Amino acid sequence: MPEKTINGTTITVDDDGFMTDHSQWNREVAAALAEEEEVTLSDAHWKVLDFIASDFAEKGKVPGMRRMNKVGGIPTKELYTLFPGGPIKKAAKIAGYPKPASCV
Amino acid sequence: MKQLLILGAGTAGTIMANHLRRRLDRDEWKISIIDKEGDHYYQPGFLFMPFGIYSEKDVVKPKRKFVGNGVEYLEATVERVLPEENRVALEDGRTLDFDLLIIATGTEPCPDEVEGMTGPDWGDRVHQFYTFEGARSLRSSMRRWEGGRLVVHVCEMPIKCPVAPLEFAFLADSWLKDRGLREKTEIVYVTPLSGAFTKPVASGILGHLLEDKGIKVVTDFNIGSVDNENHKIVSWDEREVPYDLLVTVPPNMGDPMIERSGLGDEMNFVPVDKHTLQSKARDNIFVIGDATDVPTSKAGSVAHFEAEVLTENILSFIRNEPLEEKFDGHANCFIESGGGKGFLLDFNYELEPVPGKFPLPLVGPMSLLGESRMNHFGKMAFKHVYWNMLLQGRPIPLVGHRMSMSGKKLPEGVEAPAPVG
Repeated sequence: MPEKTINGTTITVDDDGFMTDHSQWNREVAAALAEEEEVTLSDAHWKVLDFIASDFAEKGKVPGMRRMNKVGGIPTKELYTLFPGGPIKKAAKIAGYPKPASCV
Repeated sequence: MKQLLILGAGTAGTIMANHLRRRLDRDEWKISIIDKEGDHYYQPGFLFMPFGIYSEKDVVKPKRKFVGNGVEYLEATVERVLPEENRVALEDGRTLDFDLLIIATGTEPCPDEVEGMTGPDWGDRVHQFYTFEGARSLRSSMRRWEGGRLVVHVCEMPIKCPVAPLEFAFLADSWLKDRGLREKTEIVYVTPLSGAFTKPVASGILGHLLEDKGIKVVTDFNIGSVDNENHKIVSWDEREVPYDLLVTVPPNMGDPMIERSGLGDEMNFVPVDKHTLQSKARDNIFVIGDATDVPTSKAGSVAHFEAEVLTENILSFIRNEPLEEKFDGHANCFIESGGGKGFLLDFNYELEPVPGKFPLPLVGPMSLLGESRMNHFGKMAFKHVYWNMLLQGRPIPLVGHRMSMSGKKLPEGVEAPAPVG
């Protein structure tokens, strides 16, 4: 597993840069990961990241678009504005969770 | 006399009825199963219908035929479950009381959830193959196909049988080659995920398949609408993919009855304990198969494995004992790769698909994550197993509900999961 050091914290990531051990995550790590994705974290971004964290604790997976909308109360358009390109994937990466995946 | 009620006589509900009838005292427990329609579909067969490999008679038989003696079979639509009252209300006004409820109402494709999907192109240039009617109508369009852009598309996750759209793309590639139409056809695979394969080990081993077959992949595509006039799908970030024929997998949601009952999540799937399958809402409501929110594939093999666990847990529940049998998320799925070959996946909550042999180490005869003719024969033979063994709740030799590490070769960096329970 590749390793990265952010502000003195070492994190392990998979080949796509997603963290493999959430216990290594903190808000500084998030800010650094966001910068790599060319995202500057605002309160609106944190609302998304916090929802992913609470939902992951409940469901054991990163929420999909529909769950972000209906349960998180964050519209799709807003997600694209906050995390351009691939909102769920980018937000999951910054929040320190695995890449949303299928079975194979 | 106590009443055990099962909602849904598909794969999961039918297996549960048959398991429990053998295990519960007939003088003590009445078992009833309700379904809104009479046809039982062998759903893995829908994939083969558009290519003329299976016909209608391969995939449909009466539901009633598979529900064993001693189980009351009712054809009726459930209006809602009243969890507080231990009662189910039917659309025709009748009510049924239960002591124990099993929800096995599955998932269904909901094309209306996407703007424009059921517009003028629906059933003409836009098709799905996740329903009997859809697979049949797609077959007619395939027969008329003379070339152009064939777009295979997944709207959003989770979907039932997540590998089916990939299999469709692979089978289409073979089918078009056989007809001399491949060079006149561009095949495009469009996914909301970051790739056609997303698990690290499988991506490494199978990632080349799409390129080898000349299938273009469009990733991170979250559909916003279908533009029927210009025949293209449009994403939320305004990317466009034009189609001559669109084979889509619409959003998959649980039964609308779940929503009316206030028992579901945002997709109408019922939250359960992922190991015991007991609902989070009520102790005497259990859920099985595609209807649950457990983080494994929605697939017949999962329903079959879950049924073994749930049967033991229901017997424990009735005896007021702890629910000790634990489901580990085990799924076992064949992937058709075209040209008479296939792959096999065997995985659970903790372990992604890895290479190896199945079910016996070294011997196989199936290869995990390896392409072989034997895997394809396994998939084709499974239809017989499904109709004649699986629905009846007979054990499948050498394949238990708990995923086995035997025969699996763990690549470097992949750890064996801790046993469940």
